[in-house]
Amino acid sequence: MSAEGHDHGHDHEHEHHHKDTFITKYIFSIDHKMIAKQYLLTGIIMGVIGVGMSMLFRMQLAWPEESFKIFNILLGDKWAPNGVMANDIYLSLVTIHGTIMVFFVLTAGLSGTFSNLLIPLQIGARDMASGFMNMISYWLFFLSSVLMVCSLFVESGPANAGWTIYPPLSALPQAISGSGAGMTLWLVSMAIFIASSLMGSLNYVVTVINLRTKGMSMTRLPLTIWAFFVTAIIGIVSFPVLLSAALLLIFDRSFGTSFFLSDIYIAGEVLHYQGGSPVLFEHLFWFLGHPEVYIVILPALGITSEIIATNSRKPIFGYRAMIMSIIAIAFLSTIVWGHHMFISGMNPFLGSVFTFTTLLIAIPSAVKAFNYITTLWKGNLQMNPAMLFSIGLVSTFITGGLTGIILGDSTLDINVHDTYFVVAHFHLVMGISALYGMFAGIYHWYPKMFGRMLNKNLGYVHFWVTAICAYGVFFPMHFIGLAGLPRRYYTNTNFPLFDDLQNVNVLITTFALIGGAFQLVFLYNFFSSIFYGKKAVQNPWKSNTLEWTTPVEHIHGNWPGEIPHVHRWPYDYSNPAHEEDFVPQTVPMKEGEVVLHH
Amino acid sequence: MTSLLVIIVLVLLAVAVWQLTKIFDLTQVASTSDNSQIATDDDNNVQGYLMFGFLAFIYIFTIYGVYTWGPLVLHTPASEHGALIDNLMNITWVLIFTVQAITQVLLHYFAFKYRGNKDKRALYFADNNKLEAIWSVIPAVVLAGLILYGLYAWTNIMFIDEDEDTVVVELYAQQFKWTARYAGADNVLGKANVRLIEGVNTLGVDLSDPYAQDDIVVSELHIPKGKKIHFKMRSQDVLHSAYFPYFRAQMNCVPGMVTEFAFTPIYTTAEYQALPFMIEKVANINAIRAKKSLELVAKGETGLDPYTFDYLLLCNKICGASHYNMQMKVVVDTPEDYKKWLSEKTTLVSEVKASKAEPAAPDAAPGKDSTLTKDTAAVAKIAMK
Repeated sequence: MSAEGHDHGHDHEHEHHHKDTFITKYIFSIDHKMIAKQYLLTGIIMGVIGVGMSMLFRMQLAWPEESFKIFNILLGDKWAPNGVMANDIYLSLVTIHGTIMVFFVLTAGLSGTFSNLLIPLQIGARDMASGFMNMISYWLFFLSSVLMVCSLFVESGPANAGWTIYPPLSALPQAISGSGAGMTLWLVSMAIFIASSLMGSLNYVVTVINLRTKGMSMTRLPLTIWAFFVTAIIGIVSFPVLLSAALLLIFDRSFGTSFFLSDIYIAGEVLHYQGGSPVLFEHLFWFLGHPEVYIVILPALGITSEIIATNSRKPIFGYRAMIMSIIAIAFLSTIVWGHHMFISGMNPFLGSVFTFTTLLIAIPSAVKAFNYITTLWKGNLQMNPAMLFSIGLVSTFITGGLTGIILGDSTLDINVHDTYFVVAHFHLVMGISALYGMFAGIYHWYPKMFGRMLNKNLGYVHFWVTAICAYGVFFPMHFIGLAGLPRRYYTNTNFPLFDDLQNVNVLITTFALIGGAFQLVFLYNFFSSIFYGKKAVQNPWKSNTLEWTTPVEHIHGNWPGEIPHVHRWPYDYSNPAHEEDFVPQTVPMKEGEVVLHH
Repeated sequence: MTSLLVIIVLVLLAVAVWQLTKIFDLTQVASTSDNSQIATDDDNNVQGYLMFGFLAFIYIFTIYGVYTWGPLVLHTPASEHGALIDNLMNITWVLIFTVQAITQVLLHYFAFKYRGNKDKRALYFADNNKLEAIWSVIPAVVLAGLILYGLYAWTNIMFIDEDEDTVVVELYAQQFKWTARYAGADNVLGKANVRLIEGVNTLGVDLSDPYAQDDIVVSELHIPKGKKIHFKMRSQDVLHSAYFPYFRAQMNCVPGMVTEFAFTPIYTTAEYQALPFMIEKVANINAIRAKKSLELVAKGETGLDPYTFDYLLLCNKICGASHYNMQMKVVVDTPEDYKKWLSEKTTLVSEVKASKAEPAAPDAAPGKDSTLTKDTAAVAKIAMK
């Protein structure tokens, strides 16, 4: 290991002789820190688009079919004549919002950013195992983002069959406007996205296994790395299945095969398809789709573990239990996909099996939640913005996770399936929670990324308004779901039955607009601090992990001299044997120092 | 327009906050120091109290929500199995509220109680197997109970006993409309396939199938109270989902296959309308509608009709641009009324006959009994049966 590290360092010195041009430094960079920033920037831009869309359709839901100038400006005369949103474009906004937030923001933007930034820095490596593949991975992600954004401008409209793109709706242009060129671009974009994600994941796994510095055993890895490592494995296992589903769907759409289609009569004629099954697509889709929510949430939980321990000045409680629960969640996540399909027409016996496996996930999740709470107990909590977002994450993860007990139970799912109850559940447990994880990560590692600090007061404002608005939006949504209101309805005005829910919808939209507007505080803070933020010190949060032993100014290869060796686990906070309340991993064990049982 | 104003107000608010934080920044004298953006003890104090305040917010908001929006949620189930679902739901809610109440208190209270202070030091404590065993085993035991109850209910609801005496009804979904087909006297639906769709036969029923001879196609669903209704669902184009919220019933309609769901209605429409909670709900909705009507009339548009409750079948799987308006009225009759209603309907076979005969002899009245028709093929097949 040390010999390898040395070789690497030697290569690296050679590299120093080449001067970086603007292009190799900022655009086609193979440095993991720059690639991380590229991921983050692309993720933020996609996030602005995704969140912006949700503002528009929330306005439509609160004030249905009313005229807004902003609709006409943003959507144009075709989709919002006289400022009234058309029903096709409403569904497009919902579809693209889901796609962008799940894949482009919370998968690539969150996992891509922090896996790239932290894996080499926290395990003590010069860079990723393959810097070149890492670069390709980012640029494929960029390409897929561009294609997804392009799909918004095709004449027949962007994809609008829901982010789950169930065929036949997504397969037949006759069925809905967005299933023409818009859906083609969606599928191509996602296929490229998956290629990008697979390259990234392979790189992360190989790097974690092979490039750890001396002394960095698997049980000395920070929980962030454990989370990224396991997430990458889930991605490798499940993303190819979505790719195959997308390819088969392309075949059905373009080459007349019948993988997912059968016995269809539409627009006055019988189509030739025979023998396929849309339920097959649902299986393939959710075989990725469900692990995907863990691909989104596990990195956020990893980030939270690190930040809560650092800011509590206290060892993370139950380090090994945390690792075990990450692994258990990852394993279970691949055998629960059927809980999205209880009423899809599959054999009810399968419903029983998936109920069983699904509710099992609650156990490792509960362990994680309790361990976070116990870490806070008798800590010395430093309330930095990153810490607030981490505590916020635990709060929404619990609130959202608990309603999963209802949705995971096939019997109860019958009546709440595809209602706003589901929307409330998953937005809290993986949407808001993962977003909080991302924000926490940005506030915490901003000094590492840009060498400057974010403004903490803006951070506090950002957190509190977001926290109140997140509950303000999604808590009332449970009730309208329990009232039987289906999701993906352009308006409820055709159902007098739902007239009494309109006030609630207005309230939700008000919170959404306020919460959305206050993200501008974050954007301002983020972009202005790159140039005008206070200069960061090397280890501002007094953290133990290796990334804070690197110089503030980024250099190729991360450490100027030799890679530091690791002598202890990453959570040695407030160790009574040491004067400071943190002991970096690089500090050798003192004579007679006992390792704390963890 | 109002919302544009709202947005402007929000933006101004944001600007105000930003300015305030700017001022706050400037008042911090030591702002040149590199550590100025790291939480101080004062920050820890303020944020700790805010955490405690947030706990109060969550609690008050929850109580307010349950009080204000609680009455909006689906009430008394209108089907026999509905009570089973609601019971399990209530047990689960008790569990969820308990866990939520305890964990949120602990989380936010600890965040407040242990807010940082530079004179303090955290407890050096990282592991306790007993504690971890407790919070692995307790959820496991509780969940085992829920799983068992859930599986019992699921099996009861989903597995339909073929020998049971049921009313077989086909629900046929297409963009953006529902149609129902009754199996008729033999209680067996005739075969069907979209390739046979032609003219009046919009469901593609195989008219040569003996079981199809007494099938009746209608656009409003009537079902008898107290009898198990066995729905067989088809779709002709894309996925749809037949959602009966008041009956706690839902099943997707999948092109290329037949899906099933069965339930027994226990209140007729009239009985359900007369339930106290429903009278209150309808009055509330009508008050809202009356207010909206006044606004509409003032603008010179027509007002809204008052609302009376009817069971509805909704589409709950995105199925196209007009997904939001795919519904069918469902009427639960007393068994006598149901029989009477059904007996007044004509069979599909005779409707097809009539539509074919129409150009030649428009007066040819369709007979109620398809065996009276002169379609020799059909007669022969029925005779064979």
